[in-house]
Amino acid sequence: MNISIDVKEKDTAIELTVSGEIDAYTAPKLRETLFPLSEENGVNMVVDLSGVSYMDSTGLGVFVGVFKNVRANDGQFKIVGLSERLQRLFEITGLADIININSQIEGGV
Amino acid sequence: MDFREMMESKYRELLENYIKEQSEQALYAGQKFSRKTIEQKISPEEIVSLHKSLLIEMYPDVPEKVINSFDILLEVMIGYGLAYREHQSLRHKQEELRSEMEIAANVQQTLLGTKVPVINGLDIGAISVPAKHMNGDYYHFVHDENNCISVAIADVIGKGIPAALCMSMIKYSMDSLPENRMGPSSILENLNRVVEQNVDPSMFITMFYGMYDPATNILSYASAGHEPGIYYNAEKKEFTELSARGLLLGVEKRTKYKEYKKEILPGDMVILMSDGVTECRTDEGFIERETLLGYINKYIHLSAQEIVNRIFKELEKLQHFQLRDDFTLIILKRDV
Repeated sequence: MNISIDVKEKDTAIELTVSGEIDAYTAPKLRETLFPLSEENGVNMVVDLSGVSYMDSTGLGVFVGVFKNVRANDGQFKIVGLSERLQRLFEITGLADIININSQIEGGV
Repeated sequence: MDFREMMESKYRELLENYIKEQSEQALYAGQKFSRKTIEQKISPEEIVSLHKSLLIEMYPDVPEKVINSFDILLEVMIGYGLAYREHQSLRHKQEELRSEMEIAANVQQTLLGTKVPVINGLDIGAISVPAKHMNGDYYHFVHDENNCISVAIADVIGKGIPAALCMSMIKYSMDSLPENRMGPSSILENLNRVVEQNVDPSMFITMFYGMYDPATNILSYASAGHEPGIYYNAEKKEFTELSARGLLLGVEKRTKYKEYKKEILPGDMVILMSDGVTECRTDEGFIERETLLGYINKYIHLSAQEIVNRIFKELEKLQHFQLRDDFTLIILKRDV
Protein backbone atom coordinates (compact mmCIF):
# COMPACT_ATOMS: atom_id res chain seq x y z
CA MET A 1 0.00 0.00 0.00
CA ASN A 2 1.62 3.17 -1.20
CA ILE A 3 0.82 6.78 -1.69
CA SER A 4 2.57 9.55 -3.52
CA ILE A 5 1.82 13.22 -3.09
CA ASP A 6 3.07 15.76 -5.56
CA VAL A 7 2.95 19.41 -4.51
CA LYS A 8 3.12 22.23 -7.05
CA GLU A 9 3.02 25.77 -5.74
CA LYS A 10 1.68 28.07 -8.43
CA ASP A 11 0.96 31.79 -8.28
CA THR A 12 -2.74 31.40 -7.70
CA ALA A 13 -3.03 28.02 -6.01
CA ILE A 14 -1.25 25.08 -4.46
CA GLU A 15 -1.96 22.03 -6.57
CA LEU A 16 -1.61 18.63 -4.99
CA THR A 17 -1.75 15.44 -6.96
CA VAL A 18 -2.31 12.33 -4.86
CA SER A 19 -2.00 8.82 -6.20
CA GLY A 20 -2.18 5.37 -4.67
CA GLU A 21 -4.32 4.17 -1.81
CA ILE A 22 -5.50 6.26 1.11
CA ASP A 23 -6.17 4.17 4.19
CA ALA A 24 -5.24 4.01 7.86
CA TYR A 25 -1.60 3.36 6.93
CA THR A 26 -1.11 6.10 4.36
CA ALA A 27 -3.48 8.74 5.78
CA PRO A 28 -0.92 10.04 8.32
CA LYS A 29 1.44 10.92 5.44
CA LEU A 30 -1.38 12.72 3.64
CA ARG A 31 -2.22 14.62 6.80
CA GLU A 32 1.42 15.61 7.40
CA THR A 33 1.64 17.06 3.92
CA LEU A 34 -1.74 18.76 3.77
CA PHE A 35 -2.18 20.16 7.29
CA PRO A 36 0.70 22.68 7.33
CA LEU A 37 -0.39 23.99 3.91
CA SER A 38 -4.00 24.28 4.99
CA GLU A 39 -3.08 26.47 7.94
CA GLU A 40 -1.68 29.28 5.81
CA ASN A 41 -3.82 32.37 5.68
CA GLY A 42 -5.94 32.72 2.54
CA VAL A 43 -4.55 29.56 1.01
CA ASN A 44 -6.06 28.25 -2.23
CA MET A 45 -5.71 24.47 -2.39
CA VAL A 46 -6.70 22.15 -5.21
CA VAL A 47 -6.33 18.42 -4.60
CA ASP A 48 -6.44 16.07 -7.55
CA LEU A 49 -7.48 12.54 -6.58
CA SER A 50 -7.73 11.03 -10.05
CA GLY A 51 -4.80 8.71 -9.27
CA VAL A 52 -6.38 7.39 -6.09
CA SER A 53 -7.58 3.83 -6.47
CA TYR A 54 -8.91 3.39 -2.95
CA MET A 55 -9.84 5.61 -0.05
CA ASP A 56 -11.44 4.61 3.22
CA SER A 57 -13.05 6.75 5.88
CA THR A 58 -9.68 7.59 7.47
CA GLY A 59 -8.82 9.50 4.29
CA LEU A 60 -12.15 11.23 4.43
CA GLY A 61 -11.30 12.35 7.96
CA VAL A 62 -8.09 13.97 6.70
CA PHE A 63 -9.96 15.93 4.02
CA VAL A 64 -12.59 17.14 6.46
CA GLY A 65 -9.84 18.32 8.80
CA VAL A 66 -8.09 20.12 5.93
CA PHE A 67 -11.36 21.66 4.81
CA LYS A 68 -12.05 23.00 8.30
CA ASN A 69 -8.53 24.44 8.57
CA VAL A 70 -8.75 26.15 5.20
CA ARG A 71 -12.13 27.61 6.01
CA ALA A 72 -10.90 28.89 9.38
CA ASN A 73 -8.04 30.64 7.54
CA ASP A 74 -10.29 32.25 4.91
CA GLY A 75 -8.88 30.08 2.17
CA GLN A 76 -10.33 27.99 -0.61
CA PHE A 77 -10.33 24.24 -0.94
CA LYS A 78 -11.32 22.13 -3.87
CA ILE A 79 -11.11 18.45 -4.69
CA VAL A 80 -11.02 17.30 -8.30
CA GLY A 81 -10.73 14.03 -10.19
CA LEU A 82 -13.02 11.89 -8.04
CA SER A 83 -13.75 8.41 -9.31
CA GLU A 84 -17.33 7.19 -9.18
CA ARG A 85 -16.65 5.30 -5.96
CA LEU A 86 -15.04 8.29 -4.26
CA GLN A 87 -17.79 10.59 -5.50
CA ARG A 88 -20.31 8.26 -3.84
CA LEU A 89 -18.31 8.37 -0.57
CA PHE A 90 -18.47 12.17 -0.54
CA GLU A 91 -22.18 12.11 -1.33
CA ILE A 92 -23.17 9.55 1.29
CA THR A 93 -21.31 11.42 4.00
CA GLY A 94 -22.97 14.70 3.01
CA LEU A 95 -19.52 16.22 2.42
CA ALA A 96 -20.35 16.84 -1.25
CA ASP A 97 -22.74 19.53 0.00
CA ILE A 98 -20.08 21.50 1.86
CA ILE A 99 -16.80 20.74 0.10
CA ASN A 100 -16.28 21.90 -3.46
CA ILE A 101 -15.82 18.70 -5.44
CA ASN A 102 -15.59 18.57 -9.16
CA SER A 103 -15.21 15.29 -10.95
CA GLN A 104 -13.65 16.99 -13.99
CA ILE A 105 -9.98 17.88 -13.84
CA GLU A 106 -9.52 21.55 -14.57
CA GLY A 107 -7.33 22.58 -17.44
CA GLY A 108 -8.37 19.59 -19.54
CA VAL A 109 -9.71 20.04 -23.06
CA MET B 1 22.44 -29.52 42.34
CA ASP B 2 21.48 -26.16 40.85
CA PHE B 3 21.16 -25.62 37.14
CA ARG B 4 24.51 -23.91 36.70
CA GLU B 5 26.47 -26.81 38.17
CA MET B 6 24.46 -29.27 36.14
CA MET B 7 24.96 -27.11 33.07
CA GLU B 8 28.70 -27.33 33.45
CA SER B 9 28.82 -31.12 33.61
CA LYS B 10 26.24 -31.42 30.83
CA TYR B 11 28.19 -29.10 28.57
CA ARG B 12 31.41 -30.95 29.27
CA GLU B 13 29.70 -34.19 28.26
CA LEU B 14 28.37 -32.64 25.03
CA LEU B 15 31.76 -31.27 24.15
CA GLU B 16 33.55 -34.55 24.86
CA ASN B 17 31.05 -36.52 22.80
CA TYR B 18 31.25 -34.25 19.83
CA ILE B 19 35.03 -33.98 19.79
CA LYS B 20 35.23 -37.77 19.97
CA GLU B 21 32.81 -38.68 17.18
CA GLN B 22 31.47 -35.52 15.47
CA SER B 23 28.05 -37.13 14.97
CA GLU B 24 24.74 -35.52 14.06
CA GLN B 25 23.38 -36.87 17.28
CA ALA B 26 25.95 -35.03 19.34
CA LEU B 27 25.09 -31.82 17.52
CA TYR B 28 21.41 -32.35 18.16
CA ALA B 29 22.17 -32.73 21.86
CA GLY B 30 23.71 -29.25 21.66
CA GLN B 31 20.49 -27.88 20.23
CA LYS B 32 18.49 -29.44 23.02
CA PHE B 33 20.91 -28.01 25.55
CA SER B 34 20.41 -24.48 24.22
CA ARG B 35 16.65 -24.75 24.67
CA LYS B 36 17.22 -25.58 28.31
CA THR B 37 19.69 -22.72 28.85
CA ILE B 38 17.40 -20.18 27.17
CA GLU B 39 14.63 -21.32 29.45
CA GLN B 40 16.95 -20.75 32.42
CA LYS B 41 17.89 -17.28 31.10
CA ILE B 42 21.56 -18.19 30.66
CA SER B 43 23.22 -15.46 28.60
CA PRO B 44 25.26 -16.28 25.48
CA GLU B 45 28.46 -14.85 26.99
CA GLU B 46 28.12 -17.25 29.91
CA ILE B 47 28.16 -20.17 27.49
CA VAL B 48 31.25 -18.81 25.73
CA SER B 49 33.02 -18.38 29.03
CA LEU B 50 32.06 -21.90 30.07
CA HIS B 51 33.34 -23.21 26.75
CA LYS B 52 36.64 -21.47 27.26
CA SER B 53 37.24 -22.72 30.79
CA LEU B 54 36.26 -26.29 29.92
CA LEU B 55 38.59 -26.23 26.96
CA ILE B 56 41.53 -25.20 29.15
CA GLU B 57 40.65 -27.88 31.66
CA MET B 58 40.07 -30.72 29.19
CA TYR B 59 42.83 -29.97 26.70
CA PRO B 60 45.68 -28.19 28.49
CA ASP B 61 47.73 -28.20 25.29
CA VAL B 62 45.36 -26.00 23.29
CA PRO B 63 47.43 -23.09 21.93
CA GLU B 64 47.14 -19.92 23.96
CA LYS B 65 46.15 -18.00 20.83
CA VAL B 66 43.02 -20.11 20.48
CA ILE B 67 42.13 -19.63 24.12
CA ASN B 68 42.64 -15.88 23.88
CA SER B 69 40.44 -15.69 20.80
CA PHE B 70 37.48 -16.60 23.00
CA ASP B 71 37.79 -13.24 24.77
CA ILE B 72 36.79 -11.51 21.55
CA LEU B 73 33.91 -13.92 21.00
CA LEU B 74 32.82 -13.26 24.57
CA GLU B 75 32.79 -9.50 24.09
CA VAL B 76 30.75 -9.81 20.91
CA MET B 77 28.27 -12.13 22.58
CA ILE B 78 27.69 -9.66 25.41
CA GLY B 79 26.00 -7.38 22.89
CA TYR B 80 23.78 -10.20 21.68
CA GLY B 81 22.97 -11.10 25.25
CA LEU B 82 21.81 -7.57 26.00
CA ALA B 83 19.68 -7.46 22.86
CA TYR B 84 18.16 -10.78 23.80
CA ARG B 85 17.30 -9.66 27.31
CA GLU B 86 15.73 -6.49 25.92
CA HIS B 87 13.68 -8.58 23.54
CA GLN B 88 12.52 -10.75 26.42
CA SER B 89 11.45 -7.76 28.48
CA LEU B 90 9.58 -6.24 25.49
CA ARG B 91 7.83 -9.52 24.96
CA HIS B 92 6.77 -9.47 28.53
CA LYS B 93 5.48 -5.91 28.21
CA GLN B 94 3.62 -6.81 25.05
CA GLU B 95 1.90 -9.63 26.89
CA GLU B 96 0.88 -7.17 29.58
CA LEU B 97 -0.50 -4.70 27.04
CA ARG B 98 -2.37 -7.43 25.27
CA SER B 99 -4.10 -8.56 28.38
CA GLU B 100 -4.95 -4.95 29.24
CA MET B 101 -6.42 -4.51 25.76
CA GLU B 102 -8.52 -7.60 26.27
CA ILE B 103 -9.82 -6.25 29.54
CA ALA B 104 -10.57 -2.89 27.89
CA ALA B 105 -12.40 -4.62 25.05
CA ASN B 106 -14.51 -6.48 27.59
CA VAL B 107 -15.26 -3.29 29.48
CA GLN B 108 -16.30 -1.70 26.21
CA GLN B 109 -18.56 -4.62 25.43
CA THR B 110 -20.23 -4.21 28.79
CA LEU B 111 -20.51 -0.41 28.54
CA LEU B 112 -21.91 -0.43 25.04
CA GLY B 113 -24.01 -3.53 25.48
CA THR B 114 -27.51 -3.35 24.10
CA LYS B 115 -30.23 -5.93 24.09
CA VAL B 116 -32.03 -6.77 20.90
CA PRO B 117 -35.66 -6.11 21.82
CA VAL B 118 -38.21 -8.87 21.48
CA ILE B 119 -41.48 -7.59 20.15
CA ASN B 120 -44.49 -9.14 18.49
CA GLY B 121 -44.61 -8.66 14.75
CA LEU B 122 -40.99 -7.61 14.25
CA ASP B 123 -38.04 -9.98 13.90
CA ILE B 124 -34.68 -8.34 14.64
CA GLY B 125 -31.19 -9.65 13.97
CA ALA B 126 -27.91 -7.90 14.71
CA ILE B 127 -24.22 -8.73 14.49
CA SER B 128 -21.16 -6.55 15.14
CA VAL B 129 -17.61 -7.84 14.86
CA PRO B 130 -14.52 -5.66 15.40
CA ALA B 131 -11.56 -5.94 13.01
CA LYS B 132 -9.16 -5.51 15.93
CA HIS B 133 -9.68 -5.67 19.67
CA MET B 134 -11.93 -2.68 20.08
CA ASN B 135 -14.99 -1.95 18.00
CA GLY B 136 -15.45 1.44 16.32
CA ASP B 137 -18.91 0.40 15.17
CA TYR B 138 -21.83 0.69 17.46
CA TYR B 139 -25.48 -0.19 17.50
CA HIS B 140 -28.10 0.50 20.05
CA PHE B 141 -31.73 -0.45 20.48
CA VAL B 142 -34.34 1.28 22.58
CA HIS B 143 -37.77 -0.10 23.28
CA ASP B 144 -39.64 2.88 24.73
CA GLU B 145 -42.84 3.20 26.73
CA ASN B 146 -44.82 3.95 23.57
CA ASN B 147 -43.79 0.51 22.32
CA CYS B 148 -41.67 2.11 19.59
CA ILE B 149 -38.41 0.43 18.66
CA SER B 150 -35.49 2.72 17.95
CA VAL B 151 -32.30 1.56 16.36
CA ALA B 152 -29.06 3.49 16.01
CA ILE B 153 -26.10 2.27 14.01
CA ALA B 154 -22.90 4.29 14.02
CA ASP B 155 -19.33 4.14 12.82
CA VAL B 156 -16.47 6.26 14.09
CA ILE B 157 -14.09 7.37 11.38
CA GLY B 158 -10.83 6.07 12.66
CA LYS B 159 -10.16 2.69 14.16
CA GLY B 160 -8.90 1.07 17.30
CA ILE B 161 -8.81 2.55 20.78
CA PRO B 162 -9.51 6.25 19.96
CA ALA B 163 -12.57 5.23 17.97
CA ALA B 164 -13.78 2.99 20.76
CA LEU B 165 -13.38 5.71 23.39
CA CYS B 166 -15.28 8.09 21.18
CA MET B 167 -18.09 5.58 20.81
CA SER B 168 -18.48 5.35 24.56
CA MET B 169 -18.99 9.11 24.64
CA ILE B 170 -21.76 8.86 22.04
CA LYS B 171 -23.44 6.11 23.97
CA TYR B 172 -23.56 8.27 27.09
CA SER B 173 -24.87 11.29 25.23
CA MET B 174 -27.60 9.12 23.81
CA ASP B 175 -28.50 7.79 27.23
CA SER B 176 -28.76 11.31 28.58
CA LEU B 177 -31.16 12.52 25.89
CA PRO B 178 -34.62 13.12 27.33
CA GLU B 179 -36.74 10.00 27.36
CA ASN B 180 -39.77 11.68 25.83
CA ARG B 181 -40.32 10.88 22.19
CA MET B 182 -37.65 12.64 20.19
CA GLY B 183 -37.65 11.99 16.50
CA PRO B 184 -34.58 10.65 14.67
CA SER B 185 -33.67 14.04 13.19
CA SER B 186 -33.66 15.89 16.49
CA ILE B 187 -31.64 13.10 18.09
CA LEU B 188 -28.99 13.44 15.37
CA GLU B 189 -29.02 17.23 15.74
CA ASN B 190 -28.37 16.85 19.46
CA LEU B 191 -25.58 14.33 19.03
CA ASN B 192 -24.00 16.48 16.33
CA ARG B 193 -23.60 19.32 18.82
CA VAL B 194 -22.00 17.00 21.36
CA VAL B 195 -19.55 15.53 18.85
CA GLU B 196 -18.72 18.90 17.33
CA GLN B 197 -17.74 20.28 20.72
CA ASN B 198 -15.93 17.34 22.21
CA VAL B 199 -14.13 15.34 19.64
CA ASP B 200 -10.77 15.80 17.96
CA PRO B 201 -11.44 17.88 14.80
CA SER B 202 -10.46 15.13 12.42
CA MET B 203 -12.58 12.46 14.07
CA PHE B 204 -16.11 12.04 12.79
CA ILE B 205 -19.05 9.78 13.27
CA THR B 206 -21.60 8.46 10.84
CA MET B 207 -24.95 7.42 12.22
CA PHE B 208 -28.26 6.12 11.00
CA TYR B 209 -31.15 6.51 13.41
CA GLY B 210 -34.48 4.82 12.83
CA MET B 211 -37.66 4.62 14.88
CA TYR B 212 -40.27 2.00 14.13
CA ASP B 213 -43.81 2.34 15.41
CA PRO B 214 -45.54 -1.06 15.47
CA ALA B 215 -48.94 0.65 15.77
CA THR B 216 -48.63 2.34 12.38
CA ASN B 217 -45.84 0.21 10.87
CA ILE B 218 -44.06 3.40 9.91
CA LEU B 219 -40.28 3.64 10.11
CA SER B 220 -39.05 7.22 10.57
CA TYR B 221 -35.37 7.66 9.96
CA ALA B 222 -32.56 10.11 9.43
CA SER B 223 -28.92 9.69 8.50
CA ALA B 224 -25.75 11.53 9.39
CA GLY B 225 -23.53 10.52 6.50
CA HIS B 226 -24.07 6.85 7.17
CA GLU B 227 -23.84 4.06 4.61
CA PRO B 228 -27.38 3.87 3.13
CA GLY B 229 -29.61 1.06 4.35
CA ILE B 230 -31.55 -1.25 2.09
CA TYR B 231 -35.30 -1.70 1.97
CA TYR B 232 -36.75 -5.00 0.80
CA ASN B 233 -40.22 -4.94 -0.65
CA ALA B 234 -41.61 -8.44 -0.07
CA GLU B 235 -44.53 -8.10 -2.45
CA LYS B 236 -42.38 -7.07 -5.42
CA LYS B 237 -39.35 -9.06 -4.17
CA GLU B 238 -37.33 -5.93 -4.80
CA PHE B 239 -34.43 -4.22 -3.02
CA THR B 240 -34.09 -0.45 -3.01
CA GLU B 241 -31.70 1.91 -1.31
CA LEU B 242 -33.07 3.51 1.84
CA SER B 243 -31.65 6.82 0.81
CA ALA B 244 -31.26 9.62 3.29
CA ARG B 245 -29.01 12.60 3.04
CA GLY B 246 -27.25 14.24 5.93
CA LEU B 247 -23.81 15.40 6.98
CA LEU B 248 -21.43 13.42 9.22
CA LEU B 249 -21.72 14.18 12.93
CA GLY B 250 -19.13 16.63 14.17
CA VAL B 251 -18.38 18.70 11.06
CA GLU B 252 -20.76 21.67 11.31
CA LYS B 253 -22.32 22.89 14.51
CA ARG B 254 -25.72 23.80 13.12
CA THR B 255 -26.44 20.89 10.84
CA LYS B 256 -30.09 20.02 10.21
CA TYR B 257 -31.11 16.46 9.49
CA LYS B 258 -34.04 15.58 7.29
CA GLU B 259 -36.46 12.96 8.53
CA TYR B 260 -37.81 10.34 6.14
CA LYS B 261 -40.71 7.92 6.53
CA LYS B 262 -41.31 4.48 5.10
CA GLU B 263 -44.24 2.14 5.59
CA ILE B 264 -43.14 -1.40 6.36
CA LEU B 265 -45.53 -4.06 5.05
CA PRO B 266 -45.69 -7.71 6.13
CA GLY B 267 -42.56 -9.59 5.03
CA ASP B 268 -40.67 -6.36 4.27
CA MET B 269 -37.16 -5.91 5.60
CA VAL B 270 -34.89 -3.05 6.51
CA ILE B 271 -31.18 -3.82 6.31
CA LEU B 272 -28.70 -1.51 8.04
CA MET B 273 -24.95 -1.80 7.92
CA SER B 274 -21.61 -0.17 8.55
CA ASP B 275 -19.12 0.53 5.78
CA GLY B 276 -17.19 -2.55 6.90
CA VAL B 277 -19.86 -4.47 5.00
CA THR B 278 -19.66 -2.53 1.73
CA GLU B 279 -15.93 -1.88 1.96
CA CYS B 280 -15.33 -5.59 2.23
CA ARG B 281 -12.41 -6.07 -0.14
CA THR B 282 -11.62 -9.36 -1.79
CA ASP B 283 -8.86 -10.40 -4.17
CA GLU B 284 -10.93 -9.18 -7.11
CA GLY B 285 -11.75 -5.78 -5.61
CA PHE B 286 -14.72 -4.64 -3.58
CA ILE B 287 -17.80 -6.71 -3.17
CA GLU B 288 -20.61 -5.27 -5.21
CA ARG B 289 -23.93 -4.45 -3.69
CA GLU B 290 -25.40 -7.22 -5.88
CA THR B 291 -23.19 -9.77 -4.11
CA LEU B 292 -24.58 -8.66 -0.78
CA LEU B 293 -28.15 -8.72 -2.08
CA GLY B 294 -27.45 -12.18 -3.47
CA TYR B 295 -26.56 -13.42 0.01
CA ILE B 296 -29.62 -11.79 1.53
CA ASN B 297 -31.79 -13.53 -1.08
CA LYS B 298 -30.04 -16.82 -0.42
CA TYR B 299 -30.92 -16.75 3.28
CA ILE B 300 -34.14 -14.76 3.14
CA HIS B 301 -36.25 -17.66 4.42
CA LEU B 302 -34.34 -17.72 7.72
CA SER B 303 -34.85 -15.65 10.86
CA ALA B 304 -33.32 -12.16 10.93
CA GLN B 305 -30.55 -13.26 13.32
CA GLU B 306 -29.71 -16.28 11.18
CA ILE B 307 -29.53 -14.11 8.04
CA VAL B 308 -27.02 -11.66 9.55
CA ASN B 309 -24.94 -14.51 10.98
CA ARG B 310 -24.78 -16.34 7.66
CA ILE B 311 -23.97 -13.18 5.67
CA PHE B 312 -21.14 -12.39 8.06
CA LYS B 313 -19.72 -15.90 7.57
CA GLU B 314 -19.91 -15.55 3.78
CA LEU B 315 -18.20 -12.15 3.71
CA GLU B 316 -15.60 -13.25 6.23
CA LYS B 317 -14.77 -16.18 3.97
CA LEU B 318 -14.47 -13.85 0.93
CA GLN B 319 -11.87 -11.82 2.84
CA HIS B 320 -9.94 -14.93 3.90
CA PHE B 321 -11.09 -14.42 7.50
CA GLN B 322 -9.16 -11.15 7.81
CA LEU B 323 -11.55 -8.29 8.51
CA ARG B 324 -10.13 -4.98 7.38
CA ASP B 325 -12.80 -2.94 9.05
CA ASP B 326 -15.30 -3.36 11.85
CA PHE B 327 -18.40 -5.12 10.59
CA THR B 328 -21.98 -4.45 11.69
CA LEU B 329 -25.17 -5.69 10.09
CA ILE B 330 -28.72 -5.31 11.37
CA ILE B 331 -31.93 -6.67 9.86
CA LEU B 332 -35.46 -5.71 10.86
CA LYS B 333 -38.05 -8.00 9.32
CA ARG B 334 -41.78 -7.49 9.73
CA ASP B 335 -43.54 -10.79 10.33
CA VAL B 336 -45.87 -12.00 7.62
